[in-house]
Amino acid sequence: MFDRQSLTALQSIFIKEVTRYFRIWVQTLLPPAITMSLYFVIFGQLIGSRVGQMDGVSYMEYITPGIIMMSVITNSYSNVVSSFFSAKFQRSIEEMLVAPVPTLYILLGYVLGGVSRGLLTGIIVTIVASQFVDIQVYSWGILFFVVFLTSMMFATGGLVNAIFAKKFDDISIVPTFILTPLTYLGGVFYSIQLLPEFWQNVSMANPILYMVNAFRFGFLGFSDINITTALILISAFIVSLFSLAYYLLNKGIGIRS
Amino acid sequence: MQQKAIQISNLKKTYGSSVEALKGISLSVEEGDFVALLGPNGAGKSTTIGIICSLVNKSSGEVKIMGHSIDKELDAAKRCIGLVPQEFNFSQFETCKQIVVTQAGYYGVPRHIANQRAEEMLKKLSLWEKRDTPSRELSGGMKRRLMIARALMHSPQILILDEPTAGVDIEIRRSMWEFLTELNESGTTIVLTTHYLEEAEQLCRNIAIIDQGKIIENTSMKDLISRLDIETFVLDVSSVPTEFPCIDKVCFRKRDESSIEIDVPKEAGLNQVFAWLTEQGIEVLSMRNKSNRLEELFVQLTENGQS
Repeated sequence: MFDRQSLTALQSIFIKEVTRYFRIWVQTLLPPAITMSLYFVIFGQLIGSRVGQMDGVSYMEYITPGIIMMSVITNSYSNVVSSFFSAKFQRSIEEMLVAPVPTLYILLGYVLGGVSRGLLTGIIVTIVASQFVDIQVYSWGILFFVVFLTSMMFATGGLVNAIFAKKFDDISIVPTFILTPLTYLGGVFYSIQLLPEFWQNVSMANPILYMVNAFRFGFLGFSDINITTALILISAFIVSLFSLAYYLLNKGIGIRS
Repeated sequence: MQQKAIQISNLKKTYGSSVEALKGISLSVEEGDFVALLGPNGAGKSTTIGIICSLVNKSSGEVKIMGHSIDKELDAAKRCIGLVPQEFNFSQFETCKQIVVTQAGYYGVPRHIANQRAEEMLKKLSLWEKRDTPSRELSGGMKRRLMIARALMHSPQILILDEPTAGVDIEIRRSMWEFLTELNESGTTIVLTTHYLEEAEQLCRNIAIIDQGKIIENTSMKDLISRLDIETFVLDVSSVPTEFPCIDKVCFRKRDESSIEIDVPKEAGLNQVFAWLTEQGIEVLSMRNKSNRLEELFVQLTENGQS
């Protein structure tokens, strides 16, 4: 299974994916830097200065982890969903299907491509953030673990979306109507402690809340939710989505007649 | 005994619950052969190729590639095949070199070797100058050649080409014929589907005709051509005769003001015809087949299948 030829195939898919988003860097790597700079200027400096402190840190410091995580989530997801759907649309997916590439490696190749873009944009946004706020890290271990798992989860989710998508509209429905609202309501800009009890409970059903808070814990050392619970939840999502994506690819659903 | 390159037994494919694309076809292709797979549109050619290359899931039947069953040894079977599909199916944004190198990687060819092979293949197919050009900027003929280069990157024993010369000019078509003939002579088994029957007649030793999901003919090209009972010729003449007799079973008819058509049965000769025309003071300026011989047979066979 982990033979040299399959690993070469994995390397080829990964390089193809990375080359793709570097080729169109103006669409993939530049926008997060610009958008997140605006968030820092508007929410951090202009509005944040009036908000004051939150959980003992400045509002700018408070929102930084959430903003970084937001770009990681969006970019991991959109990289895989658009790349895989384009391959289906242009039928270049057939290049892989006629070759002896194991399903697991097709899956890993696309997911790792998405993870790499998620992490790269995370680094870019962190560099942008460092121009506005003095970044402190509480735990590098938790920080990397959470960001890696989160990007992996959303990259896999993007693949599942792309497998089912039949037209270009289908790849924008989930990001627009599900991911964006959940991210904004996932505690990026506020602590759920500020909400009435009912809405606090509702917020607990939002998986992105756990990721944002676990990531914030890595930076600041505090969180609205339990870190262990967050890590278990993210891992459970990854296992479920990965198994589903593997099953769909193996059966050839959406890609074979 | 020589190994079969492709062995298909009782292959069936049903799309949905009612569309029977293949109704139990059986076909074998010898190693080193050059075979034409012909059939009208919708006959089942592309479905058959799709199943052989695992792009289409079969409903039942067995397919073996160089002895490897696609059910039990799919990876080994895939390694033996290079596919040149009908539609352009590469990323429009990648360069020629990226496309072929990545494809080699999918077959486990290490990158440094893939780079060397890419140079070799792109040079052979006159694409080396375009190696850094995005594929969308290539002409139709170049795109076809790029797909052939891509299919050969892992040095397959069998090359399957689905309408490889569709839409390319005659000069490029002939250079592709030369390339494919050389490739076949070097030992690669080639299966070709085409709508240019002249191409099949020129290149292939054996022929299989699919119609309505069934193989209706599977024989050598020579044998098939020998079955043609009557050939029709067009003669461009200095003047058209006023009467149109039948001479030694060869019948004449007027085509237009400067040419006539003659139907020549297999057993008849042309000497008497030329003698009669000379007697009438008519000079034959040129002579040609009315249509490709294989085309006539193809039409006969597929029409019989439909009736």
